[in-house]
Amino acid sequence: MDGHYRKHIISVLVENQPGALARIIELFSARGYNIESLNVGHTEDPTISRITMVAKGDEHTIEQIVKQLRRLIDVFKVRDLTDKKKLDRELLIVRVNVETPEKKDEVKRLVDIFGAQIVDVSHDTYTVELTGDEEQVDAFLELIKPLGIREMARTGRVAMVRALQGETFGEESKH
Amino acid sequence: MKLSGAEILLKALELEGVEKIFGYPGGAVLDIYDRLPFAPIKHYLTRHEQGAAHAADGYARVTGKVGVCFATSGPGATNLVTGLATAQIDSVPVVAFTGNVPTFMIGNDAFQEVDTVGITRPITKHNFLVKDVKDLADTVKKAFHIARTGRPGVVLVDLPKDVTREIADFFEEEYKTPVQIRSYKPVLKGHPGQIKKAAKAIASAERPVLYIGGGTVSSGASDLVVKLAEVANIPMTATLMGLTAVPGNHPFFLGMLGMHGTYAANMAVQESDLLIAVGARFDDRVTGRLKDFAPNAKVIHIDIDSAEIGKNRAADIPIVGDAKLVLEELLPEVERQVAKNREFYNVRQKWIMKVKSWAERYPLWYEPSDRVIKPQFVIQKIWEVTKGEAIITTDVGQHQMWTAQYYKFRYPRQLVTSGGLGTMGFGVPAAIGAKVGRPDKTVFCISGDGSFQMNMQEIVTAVHHNIPIKVAIINNNFLGMVRQWQGIFYDKNYSQVHLDVQPDFVKLVEAMGGVGLRAERPAEVEKVLKEAMAINDRPVVIDFIVDREEDVFPMVPPGGALNEMILPSYGKEKAKKKAV
Ligand SMILES: Cc1ncc(C[n+]2csc(CCOP(=O)(O)OP(=O)(O)O)c2C)c(N)n1
Ligand SMILES: [Mg+2]
Repeated sequence: MDGHYRKHIISVLVENQPGALARIIELFSARGYNIESLNVGHTEDPTISRITMVAKGDEHTIEQIVKQLRRLIDVFKVRDLTDKKKLDRELLIVRVNVETPEKKDEVKRLVDIFGAQIVDVSHDTYTVELTGDEEQVDAFLELIKPLGIREMARTGRVAMVRALQGETFGEESKH
Repeated sequence: MKLSGAEILLKALELEGVEKIFGYPGGAVLDIYDRLPFAPIKHYLTRHEQGAAHAADGYARVTGKVGVCFATSGPGATNLVTGLATAQIDSVPVVAFTGNVPTFMIGNDAFQEVDTVGITRPITKHNFLVKDVKDLADTVKKAFHIARTGRPGVVLVDLPKDVTREIADFFEEEYKTPVQIRSYKPVLKGHPGQIKKAAKAIASAERPVLYIGGGTVSSGASDLVVKLAEVANIPMTATLMGLTAVPGNHPFFLGMLGMHGTYAANMAVQESDLLIAVGARFDDRVTGRLKDFAPNAKVIHIDIDSAEIGKNRAADIPIVGDAKLVLEELLPEVERQVAKNREFYNVRQKWIMKVKSWAERYPLWYEPSDRVIKPQFVIQKIWEVTKGEAIITTDVGQHQMWTAQYYKFRYPRQLVTSGGLGTMGFGVPAAIGAKVGRPDKTVFCISGDGSFQMNMQEIVTAVHHNIPIKVAIINNNFLGMVRQWQGIFYDKNYSQVHLDVQPDFVKLVEAMGGVGLRAERPAEVEKVLKEAMAINDRPVVIDFIVDREEDVFPMVPPGGALNEMILPSYGKEKAKKKAV
């Protein structure tokens, strides 16, 4: 269909119920879609969870993903935020090698530039925490990679439409 | 009122209007079965849980009500799976209740424990595990609501044994209040702007075709679709699931489309400039090679499930809504548009003539014989003897396609067949469910020798409960449909399709307490059918020994476009005619 293949960030509001998350994940595997990242957490209403997922595909595939998600009984709202004005953040925790003073300085310099934080220290490693959008996180990782990454964890993206854009999540109904 | 979980369940079923259920007991549902004799509900004990699921499905398909089945945990639940998947893919409202191990044992690999909600999640519209008896009534209520509203489907409710034993409050009045599911609000009414657009397109098209699917039948829109065709002179074709929406003898009806569709139906779709899909989903058995399906047509797609729209074929005018409600709005709009356009009927008449000429030149055809019984001949005779009025269930294979082609249906919900899943073994238990749902009708199952053997134990169920279904086994000694594919596409390498060893179906059925009959010559067909029609206290099974290597035509080869049909030979005089 549409050959334009790119990453989409999809936000889903769903009943906070056992089975709801399973249903969403199984939908992806059953229909052969790939999830790149997935994040789940409560909203301001503890009975409702927000799932933020990143999936790659052409326009047709993404449209299908959105529609298939909307069909699920436990799902309230699904929205493709890719082209919306949004706040889009990811948390990274990464442990890097700093066996030499030069490396220690380099990490401190990068932490400074990126507004990150050193949250754990051992004699030869720093553990850094960074919050930012996907590009910032990628860029940071790119720069510290040569120092030697011991271990890392990323949360996947969470996103929310910006206020005062004339639209909020709540205004769009399920269908 | 204080009731046990089992009592709450049965009371809720009663309030849902459930009168007949199909099931099979076991350890995890003992408490339910203990209370069952005291409920105003008739339980049909099948001989396999798959039979219970198919029977509930057949019951739902002919009545339009929700079908209900029961099974125990573990193997009971897994035995339901094929039946539930069959109903779900054909959008049939079924609610299944399964027992499970007590809540405190869940996850322990206890005796007869399986993760039933996990297993059935991909084959149900929704499912529930009830962990607290206090939630039971509300869950049952939601289950029925979800099964029958929107795009109908299967809902499974898993009931741990302790939940059925414990006591809770139950208030009838509270149960009767409307269901609220805040995240589930199906769209029923079509968008007025889209409906206007559709009406305009219908009035201005030169070569429109109505492509009618199962959603038309299930929403009760059959009469409206026919009316639309009549008001705007539109040829109609239907999918296997949509066949009964249109009277088989309607002058605008071209029969089924798709892989074994008629020449006229497939050509009309290919040449159309406007395809009006009503409750149909552009399934691959319908479209053939998708990119060449109706290549010049604009598409109006009416469907209650927005995810079906644009899934396989982009729609120019999508209308999300219930087919009946949409057509109620669309019809007057089309009448208005048509009245404005004087030229309308002339233009349309040309198209109708063209479509009719296709139907006349290449009708359905088989080589008649007075030596061997032709399977198509049996179907035609069943139609004659039942005056076209019987509810027909089928199994899966060649006999199913011949039934779709040769039985001319008269009223909606008259055909019960596994379209989406193609489940062999569906026919007999579905016939039982159909007969239980419509005892006033003759119910005829048209089966194959292979398929019959997949659920023939249910004949015992029919004997046990005095359900006088009729079964015609189209016995070609082959897994015929698979043989046909091996014949055409695998160089006649008939691998594992010959049913060399076959039971004596007559004796077998007699042993089960039914009546077994057989016909081996064309001259016997009518006689034996009449004999079967005269028996009304027991199931009758007729073994029709038919031509063994008859093929189903037309046939669109897999991956082919609809106009690339393989046609029957049309005997000698028409032998040179070829599909365009
Ligand atoms: C449960 C199941 N297993 C396998 C198949 C594959 N299959 C489709 S048609 C067919 C042959 C059916 O044979 P029979 O019931 O004798 O019908 P016929 O085609 O001979 O009329 C088979 C094996 C199926 N549809 N369902
Ligand atoms: Mg056969």
